Amino acid sequence: MRTVLAALIAGILFGVGLTVSQMVNPSKVWNFLDIFGSWDPSLAFVLAGATGTAAIGFHLVRRRAAPLFAPEFQIPTTRAIEPRLLCGAAIFGIGWGLAGLCPGPALADLAIGPGDIGFFVAAMLAGMVAFRVQTG
Amino acid sequence: METTFAPLPALAGGILIGLSAVLLLFATGRIAGISGIVGGLMKPATNDIGWRVAFVVGLIAGPWIVSALTGHAPTITMTSSTGVLVAAGVLVGYGTRLGGGCTSGHGVCGLARLSPRSLAATGVFLAAAMATVFVSRHLIGG
Repeated sequence: MRTVLAALIAGILFGVGLTVSQMVNPSKVWNFLDIFGSWDPSLAFVLAGATGTAAIGFHLVRRRAAPLFAPEFQIPTTRAIEPRLLCGAAIFGIGWGLAGLCPGPALADLAIGPGDIGFFVAAMLAGMVAFRVQTG
Repeated sequence: METTFAPLPALAGGILIGLSAVLLLFATGRIAGISGIVGGLMKPATNDIGWRVAFVVGLIAGPWIVSALTGHAPTITMTSSTGVLVAAGVLVGYGTRLGGGCTSGHGVCGLARLSPRSLAATGVFLAAAMATVFVSRHLIGG
């Protein structure tokens, strides 16, 4: 129950952060990606703020032997940069560039965005299911 | 559609996203990667569903709470056709699962951990996204 409550609060914080930074607006994201057009570097500041905060916070948290409400940290340990990683990132990047939407902002837009966002989210879930079916 | 460069709200929002990731790791030991959290729901283990659903509910509720408190809804301008949204959604869903992360998991949490995998993935998806925008906006879209 405590993990569920903590995850809920973390989710709300994430959604509020996306709203405050205006990353819920696909046009902001799109313009960040459009270096040779109407470039808006805001997203770089979002990434800097988020990554900087997470770097400091993770460092402090990892001093503990275990998280507050769980037996252990579940942090990826894979080291290899294999084709699968790079192919997946490239496919994701093409989709991201096509609509200006990545998973976080797409979900965050469900309650406040235009109805069309549902098409993207449904297709994204279908893509995840397809991967799940393929890998078994 | 043009947007205004707004570094301070961007930085402030970014810090909130960072705090979210720190809270999730501190309390549950999990990495705040949205595609991983949602993707994990596709193969639910018995006691692994609750926190994932709770995070997604919070993520959807957060922007709504901000609109309710401030009294004005955030600007969202989406010009993509339904076909583009569907195609993009499939690519994003499949690609993030194949590549093991998205902008939050690789981009924020991975870079914060100085993970070489996440650095490589972030470089590739940023380059692919920028190339896609260049082609669709300047070569085809005009």
